[in-house]
Amino acid sequence: MSNLRWKVVTILAVFVVFFALGVYPILASRYRLPSPGWLQEKQLKLGLDLKGGVHLVLRVQTDDALRLVTDQEMERLREELRTKNIPVANISAPDSTHFRVEGVPGASDAAFRTAANEVQANFDRGSGLNGAYTFSMKPNIQQNLRDESVVQARQTIERRINELGVAEPSIAQQGADQILVQLPGVSDIEHAKSIIGSPGLLELKIVEGAPSASKEALMVNGQIPQGMDIVPGVGSAGDASTIYYMVKKVAAVTGQDLRSARASVDENNRPAVSFTLSNEGGRKFGKVSSENIGRQLAIILDGRVQSAPTLESKINSEGRITGSFTPEEVADLSLKLRSGALPAKLDYLEEQTIGPTLGADSIRSGVAASAVGLGLIIVFMLFYYRASGVNAVVALIFNLVILLGMMAYIGAVMTLPGIAGFVLTMGIGVDSNVLIFERIKEELEAARGVRASINAGFNRVFWTLFDTHIAALISVAFLFQFGTGPIRGFAVTLFFGLISNLFTSIFVSKTLFELALGKRQQVTALSI
Amino acid sequence: MHIFKGTTFDFLRWRVHAIVVSWVVIIAGAAVFMTKGIPLGIEFAGGTAVIVKFEQPTSVQQVRGALDKSFPGGGQNVIVQTFGDPAANQVMVRVPHVGAEQGTSLSQTKQQVLEALRKGGIGGFEEKGTQIVGPAVGQELRSKALLATVFSLIGILAYLAFRFQFSFGVGAVVATIHDLLITMAFLAFFRYDMSLNVIAAILTMTGFSTNDTIVIFDRIRENLRGMRRDSLHHVINASINQTLGRTVITSGTALLTALALFFFGGEVLHGFAFTMVVGIITGTYSSVFIAAATVSFWRGSAPTRAGAHAPAVSAPAPQQPQRKQKPQRKARAS
Repeated sequence: MSNLRWKVVTILAVFVVFFALGVYPILASRYRLPSPGWLQEKQLKLGLDLKGGVHLVLRVQTDDALRLVTDQEMERLREELRTKNIPVANISAPDSTHFRVEGVPGASDAAFRTAANEVQANFDRGSGLNGAYTFSMKPNIQQNLRDESVVQARQTIERRINELGVAEPSIAQQGADQILVQLPGVSDIEHAKSIIGSPGLLELKIVEGAPSASKEALMVNGQIPQGMDIVPGVGSAGDASTIYYMVKKVAAVTGQDLRSARASVDENNRPAVSFTLSNEGGRKFGKVSSENIGRQLAIILDGRVQSAPTLESKINSEGRITGSFTPEEVADLSLKLRSGALPAKLDYLEEQTIGPTLGADSIRSGVAASAVGLGLIIVFMLFYYRASGVNAVVALIFNLVILLGMMAYIGAVMTLPGIAGFVLTMGIGVDSNVLIFERIKEELEAARGVRASINAGFNRVFWTLFDTHIAALISVAFLFQFGTGPIRGFAVTLFFGLISNLFTSIFVSKTLFELALGKRQQVTALSI
Repeated sequence: MHIFKGTTFDFLRWRVHAIVVSWVVIIAGAAVFMTKGIPLGIEFAGGTAVIVKFEQPTSVQQVRGALDKSFPGGGQNVIVQTFGDPAANQVMVRVPHVGAEQGTSLSQTKQQVLEALRKGGIGGFEEKGTQIVGPAVGQELRSKALLATVFSLIGILAYLAFRFQFSFGVGAVVATIHDLLITMAFLAFFRYDMSLNVIAAILTMTGFSTNDTIVIFDRIRENLRGMRRDSLHHVINASINQTLGRTVITSGTALLTALALFFFGGEVLHGFAFTMVVGIITGTYSSVFIAAATVSFWRGSAPTRAGAHAPAVSAPAPQQPQRKQKPQRKARAS
């Protein structure tokens, strides 16, 4: 008997714990009952398909990150060759992982190789036939850069979304180069995309020569001079015309040198973004600005010149970006600058908006289907198994509570397929009871005592249940592996449903039988 | 209460008929698949789907008319259907393409759809939800779904071969593949979109359709120990009959919930619930008619051998199936 008492205590304890975790917080928030904050935080979360929100799958163009490094190394070599007075015919980068130096004079070949050693860490140098060298980025460096750029992009997106103040966003890497972004409660997908996806790359570059209305006018012999870049910008008149600036390819200061950025106004009270440079950035900028007093400084944002003020004195750490901005644009821009630039461009592979009413519809129909399904099962079990049916129904309710509690505890997310999984778990969960009860019936017909029949029923069916549950778990595991988002929610529900079902259909149900039989020595009939 | 008390159906006698019926359904399904294809859900096919809610009752024809007039390329290849309760005035417009996948123009097509609806003069509407899937995603998903199904079949085969005997594992997997094919055939007949949810239902089914099979196999294994003088044929028949009640009841309860989902679960779960309903029915059918029959085919007319956990003993040669004997309903000693 004391054995039985312990079983009852265990079952009640399990019930109370899972009820507190899974069911009470829902009741508490619905009926405004007192509930500690840590418990409320653990409340079962709703997935995006139920809550409404924005779902994006992005791909990071990792080639961009490689191109950036290739360009930098190429420019470094160019500088090196210039300071060492080694004349070469041409330096160019045909693709994101190679650059090529042509026309190295035979006489300075040895000197060139010494200079090139600088970039040897990341690049393999080709043979140098006829004074032409091809530098190719080492494969492991490529891989590292690609991985890094995806991680960096994810972190940048995370920072931007946190600044945006979205509650419970989810940003996760998916596969080699994809990022999954889920923003519950957000409905303006275009704004979300503009915040997430724009590069937010700030560059300050010294302007060479006067700006011009046509790109061609700036070129020398139809080519952009080496080490230079031509960048479009808004015309000074403030109209729609575009003018072009020739700037140094290497930036004096970039967004990486920023310490902070905030929305402000310029001297004409128009919206602007003020920024402060870090110590390191300030030193660099101080040097460049003092050397270039009287020349124009282009403030380039995502490859477009926003303004090109003339440097009047040495500037150490403060600056301002002006242009024709709206206050919203200024807020978004300073947010992007604060959270840093994206290391690469992003492609959108998938986007989904779930309006809040659509989610509410799904919850309603999911709950309705669950209620009907559960009701039907309960009615059937009571009708077919009479008093033993009560046992099965109690086990079913335990199963429900434990499943809800487990899902809340591990922080699983409830999705619409998850609700379906819930109902199915219940429908399939009573199968265990059915198998046990049918076996007990069989044993009773073989004219065994009630107690012996119940014991035999549970013992004989245990391994059958074990096998069916393992087989189901195998397929659920692959389902989890395959799925994303809602499907994973479904798989998680099934997984925990199967486990809690083993506990309730065997342990709880048997204890209930033992309780019902009580201490009576002689039991002659069982309502089953 | 008892359903199927003391039945003595000769299930194995019908195995050839059952297999013929199944093949007819599967081949018909394959024929539909070949000629009309299977409609792919947006997750797999890629494309743009927009759900809009109109302020007043709006027919599918009106929406289609607006698209024909103002959507670039007209309303061809565009699927327009009512979404959810017809009284809610919700329509889903699905277009097979998206804006460019490069960069940020993925949602261009969606804007064009909304623009066409606005120009159509049907009346005010609200955009309830959108799903836009680029072509790369679908490709990836398709291969992942196939792999998950294959691996989960292999896993079940391995587990049952380990727990029972190899022939039982084969029986269960043949039955499961049968269920998969039948379900696919029904999906093709009823033109349900092959969506992520449907794949989830199919994968779930592969796990649960083995449940009934395992129950029957368990009984066969048990009976092989107790009925050593009987033929395998007879043991299998007796086992199916003895477990018939629970096979039907367990499937029945699962079916009740699946039906509840089908009728009350809303638009999004329709395909899912349909797949589950078909899967549960065919799973029960195949447990009774296909799984055990496969075991008997596989083992041929070899003498019965005890289950994996009992010592092997030789039994008398199998007798003809016509023998009508009361199945043993006595519980066997443990």
